[in-house]
Amino acid sequence: MRTLLNILVKELLQLRRDPRILPILFVAPVVQLTILGYAATTDLRRVELAVCDLDRTSASRDLVRRFIDSSYFRLVASLDDQRAIDRWLDSGRARIALTIPAGFAAVREAGGSAEVQLVADGSDAMTGTLGLSYAYGVIQQVAGTDGLRLPIELRPKVLYNPDLISRNFMVPGVLAMILMIMTMMLSSMALVRETELGTMEQLLVTPLSPGAIIVGKLVPYAMVGTVEILTALPVVLFWFDVPLRGSLAVLALLTAPFMLCTLGLGLLVSTLSSTQQQAMMISTFVFMLPQIYLSGFVFPIQNMPKAFQVVTYAVPLRYYVQVLRGVFLKGVGLEVLWPQGLAMLGLGIAILTLARIRFRQRIG
Amino acid sequence: MIRRMLAVAVKELLQLRRDRRTMLALLAMPVVLLLIYGFALSFDVRDIRLAVVDQSRTRASREVVEAFLKSGYFVRIADLDEPRPLDGLFDRGTAQAALVIPAGFGADVAGRRLTTLQFVLDGSDSQTASTVLGYARQIVVSESSRLYEVKLRPPVVARPLVWYNPDLDSTIFLVPGLVAFILMVSSVIATALAVVREKERGTMESLRATPLVALELLVGKTLPYLLVASVAATGSLTLAWGLFDVPIRGSIVWLALITVLFLAGGLGWGMFLSSLADTQQVAFQLGLLSSMLPTLLLSGFIFPISSMPRALQLISHIVPARYFISALREIVLKGVGPEVWWNDALALVAFGAVVLVLATVQTVRSL
Repeated sequence: MRTLLNILVKELLQLRRDPRILPILFVAPVVQLTILGYAATTDLRRVELAVCDLDRTSASRDLVRRFIDSSYFRLVASLDDQRAIDRWLDSGRARIALTIPAGFAAVREAGGSAEVQLVADGSDAMTGTLGLSYAYGVIQQVAGTDGLRLPIELRPKVLYNPDLISRNFMVPGVLAMILMIMTMMLSSMALVRETELGTMEQLLVTPLSPGAIIVGKLVPYAMVGTVEILTALPVVLFWFDVPLRGSLAVLALLTAPFMLCTLGLGLLVSTLSSTQQQAMMISTFVFMLPQIYLSGFVFPIQNMPKAFQVVTYAVPLRYYVQVLRGVFLKGVGLEVLWPQGLAMLGLGIAILTLARIRFRQRIG
Repeated sequence: MIRRMLAVAVKELLQLRRDRRTMLALLAMPVVLLLIYGFALSFDVRDIRLAVVDQSRTRASREVVEAFLKSGYFVRIADLDEPRPLDGLFDRGTAQAALVIPAGFGADVAGRRLTTLQFVLDGSDSQTASTVLGYARQIVVSESSRLYEVKLRPPVVARPLVWYNPDLDSTIFLVPGLVAFILMVSSVIATALAVVREKERGTMESLRATPLVALELLVGKTLPYLLVASVAATGSLTLAWGLFDVPIRGSIVWLALITVLFLAGGLGWGMFLSSLADTQQVAFQLGLLSSMLPTLLLSGFIFPISSMPRALQLISHIVPARYFISALREIVLKGVGPEVWWNDALALVAFGAVVLVLATVQTVRSL
């Protein structure tokens, strides 16, 4: 135990002296918070709208005003000729074009159904889909104020995130990213550094067991990661106003098996690489990026081909993303999230065992 | 001057050819990554797990349920008599949406009275949720007119038209971005290591003794990588077209031109980082960080730039992938010519020129 503590202290001291580590420690969380809070938004705002109003009546102007007042759209062009739409969409300066045909107001006054045309740019499918559905919303609103009601009214009730703010889910993801960088990438680099510098030999001839060396090298990074999370958490909760409906204790409890997985992966990466550069490359390309893509964090798992869906069960981040969603937005506890915890625990033990075997082969 | 540049290029190419592993990584990595991620990335929402609570149990209610299932967007995972178990289904994530049909629904429809349907959905994935809500609305509108046998005459109807990608297939929109992302990362990393390697090995000294000037050295060193990266780009674009059905509507010549401009910029940025760094490790880290994150997040690849805060929108102007992705989608999906994307091309040229100047200045300093 004493020896374990010694190596722990040594690692922390070394960490403090490494000048390159400081930018990673401080810059990475800030950058990630900014990006996930501000840039990674799938909420559409200010979609570029071109309007071709051929009617030029107060009714048609009213419709246009409603589009702009909705704040989903930003008027970039008022065109007189429908053919000009081509140019605006081709150049990407407009994403949606609304054409109000001549006679629009007259048809409405006569009690008829006036038709408007919406052209969406499908080359940006995300903006296209959402832009069209917002446009329908605006038009339905106009229809509603004109006194029309569908005989069947759909009453939507959105659970957990009533305003559908994507930030509420993206920002807690920072916690997962920090953990992956600290416990997987940096710990693997630290282990490989000892091999690179040849100091691993020295460590091995000390009375420390390989297991103690591993624990001593990995735990400091878990500690630093935890401290960073505790600093990031207030920003998540108070600056970005992400609701925390569940309990912090549950979050902490379920973060432990996730860290077990990432630390195990860090060790595994270190046994697969002989230089720090390789360690960084392998952890980024082989473990981190695929985990992000295959975890359901950005791209829904149910949309993937079946084979990929099966693979996602072996991705620890998949379960942790569910934990984050559960604790932050749904406010559920262990009674719901125990399968995720168990899955991560199982994966963690499997990864660590594998890594341990490889580590022993390497030094032997 | 051209002769000396070519001499450096040939030397670098020979060196690269002997380094099998690097060569393989540069050529194969883009294709392999595209193959893996191309299948996994999709925003198209389908197979939404729907719980049905039919308290009416009438023909009308069954027809509404049927309409939801037949739309192809939903799969039924539970059939309940009362809404109470829904909480558990949503908490566990077993259900993503629920359709609750109240007891009086059938009678209301029969009596031609106004009625309601409740639609509950999990908002924690906001993107999926808003798409699903749109689907549900459409179904209810068409069911309304069918069940009530009325031709709805709303005062305003919209006739939608989607250009370039009529099915709004997200693969077609994401794959060009993915190509840009992969090419950016691999080209920056390729050259980021090129100059710094000479520094580390001490061969920079011997280069200094030659009559080479910094510009010749840089351009000469970049050329072979441009060749390799162009081959990788051709492979990726062919794959995008052949496997992921991305149509190539515009001219191949323009596509080649814009791709080469983009690659040159990426390689130039790698060169600049390389002249800045002292070790391959630092060069590698700088290359990875400066190419991966901005290209992933600030280029319009996944997240629409117009929805970002002003400050981030401004920053996105110095991300070359932003221009490339925009031009790529315009050439490939829209089939338009340079009259539309000339400013993107110009921005890429400007980016390339600036990094070349930066790299030259930095190399002169280090020589």
